[in-house]
Amino acid sequence: MTRLKADQRHSVRFSLNGKSVEGEAEPRMLLSDFLRHQLGATGTHVGCEHGVCGACTIVVDGMLTRSCLTLAAQVDGCDLKTVEGLAPSADRLGVLQQAFRRNHALQCGFCTAGILMSLDHYLASNRAPTEAEIRDLLSGHICRCTGYTPIIQAALEAAAELASSKKETSDA
Amino acid sequence: MKPPAFDYLRAETVGDVLEGLAQQGGDARVLAGGQSLMAMLNMRLAKPKLLIDIMRLKELRQIERKGDAVTIGAGVRQADLLAWPDLAAALPLVALALPWVGHMQTRSRGTICGSLAHADPSAEMPLTLVALGGEVVLRSAKRRRRVPAKDFFAGMMLTARADDELIEGISLPVVREGRFVFREVARRHGDFAIVACAAMKTPTGVRLAVGGVADVPTARDWPRLEGSALDDALNAFAYELGARDDVHATARYRRDLVRMIGRDLIGEVLQ
Ligand SMILES: Cc1cc2nc3c(=O)[nH]c(=O)nc-3n(C[C@@H](O)[C@H](O)[C@H](O)COP(=O)(O)OP(=O)(O)OC[C@H]3O[C@@H](n4cnc5c(N)ncnc54)[C@H](O)[C@@H]3O)c2cc1C
Ligand code: FES
Ligand code: FES
Repeated sequence: MTRLKADQRHSVRFSLNGKSVEGEAEPRMLLSDFLRHQLGATGTHVGCEHGVCGACTIVVDGMLTRSCLTLAAQVDGCDLKTVEGLAPSADRLGVLQQAFRRNHALQCGFCTAGILMSLDHYLASNRAPTEAEIRDLLSGHICRCTGYTPIIQAALEAAAELASSKKETSDA
Repeated sequence: MKPPAFDYLRAETVGDVLEGLAQQGGDARVLAGGQSLMAMLNMRLAKPKLLIDIMRLKELRQIERKGDAVTIGAGVRQADLLAWPDLAAALPLVALALPWVGHMQTRSRGTICGSLAHADPSAEMPLTLVALGGEVVLRSAKRRRRVPAKDFFAGMMLTARADDELIEGISLPVVREGRFVFREVARRHGDFAIVACAAMKTPTGVRLAVGGVADVPTARDWPRLEGSALDDALNAFAYELGARDDVHATARYRRDLVRMIGRDLIGEVLQ
């Protein structure tokens, strides 16, 4: 049993996009803040801190996770994936990211990191999603710019592309 | 906003949880999926001194069918239950209602028991527990007790759980025959229900359970009713639920939904 005291900072370690990282956090520190402020991983955005908008969505141990509804202390020892882990290399975009660019599926980009994480996670195990399924998934995100239609288009295009190129999964 | 300060206890055994609850009582909160509790902490609607994280306890993660009941442990996430291969056959009403609980991104972490502990009057899992007549298994350092669904929900976000009790799990009866139907009206799919209804056949007639109207989900049994007798029964029930106006809908609209959805669902199960 581990009891972390409220008024002290405690070491938190986990794997972030395949690299092990470490920092210090009080028990009350949100994972979203830990990623952004302690680790400088500002790709994950924060909108509402109520779990509603989806901007902060990441993947923890294979589960889609609102990082604003998660404590940094909770993910000690876990495996995290954030938007910084999507591109195959610093100067290239993945299939899903390219589809977003082609379709103008982002404008201000505030919602984009969370939506990409949801779609990346979903498409990895659902190779031939229907439009209804994509819409259902997107109900967990709020985008105030695009009107969603280009996001749905990008998701379906990316799914088709991923299905047709079995070997290429993240590169274009 | 950010949560207030609290100690964080990562439980490694159920004993750790019970000890923490016994020591800290009402100042402790169990942290399950965090999909309601963390939002309340961020809004400072709750100020516990201690959070007890139960999600590393493997023994709470069981979904088990024993004879005519399915038991679901406190660590079972909503997504785990949806992925359980026997769900549609053993618990058809849960299979219908669970996809309405939040979004894929919240079901992946939120638990079944957390939703019951939270006891939002609009929530689907409390409604399902009441409709099926399930039981909640509560455990403290001193005792274990089983509370029937109808006695568990005590009011808006209030339950029969004492401060030192963990919801260890729930038990839902497997109903072999009969049709189950579920319908919900919400602003968007994934939002809390304005009105949610479940209906099922009973040996003597039909049961309708309604969430989102009264402070607690409420079930009512009737013999086989049709035509104006059914309309009258539904109308009386809709009024008894004591609907109130709020930002989401008027009381009148809620009563209308109970009358209309109730009629449709009862028609469907009895056909
Ligand atoms: C965007 C969004 C939409 C949502 N929409 C819906 C919806 O449509 N319908 C719906 O029903 N819910 C909805 N929810 C809430 C749902 O997702 C939560 O999962 C659920 O209400 C709580 O479960 P949890 O495991 O996350 O519990 P937590 O948030 O961890 O805990 C909730 C409360 O229960 C207590 N608790 C938890 N487990 C136990 C236990 N085993 N013993 C004793 N006490 C316990 C906690 O101390 C706390 O007080 C939504 C949430 C979000 C963020
Ligand atoms: S910031 Fe987490 S869901 Fe909005
Ligand atoms: S692109 Fe601006 S909110 Fe979605």
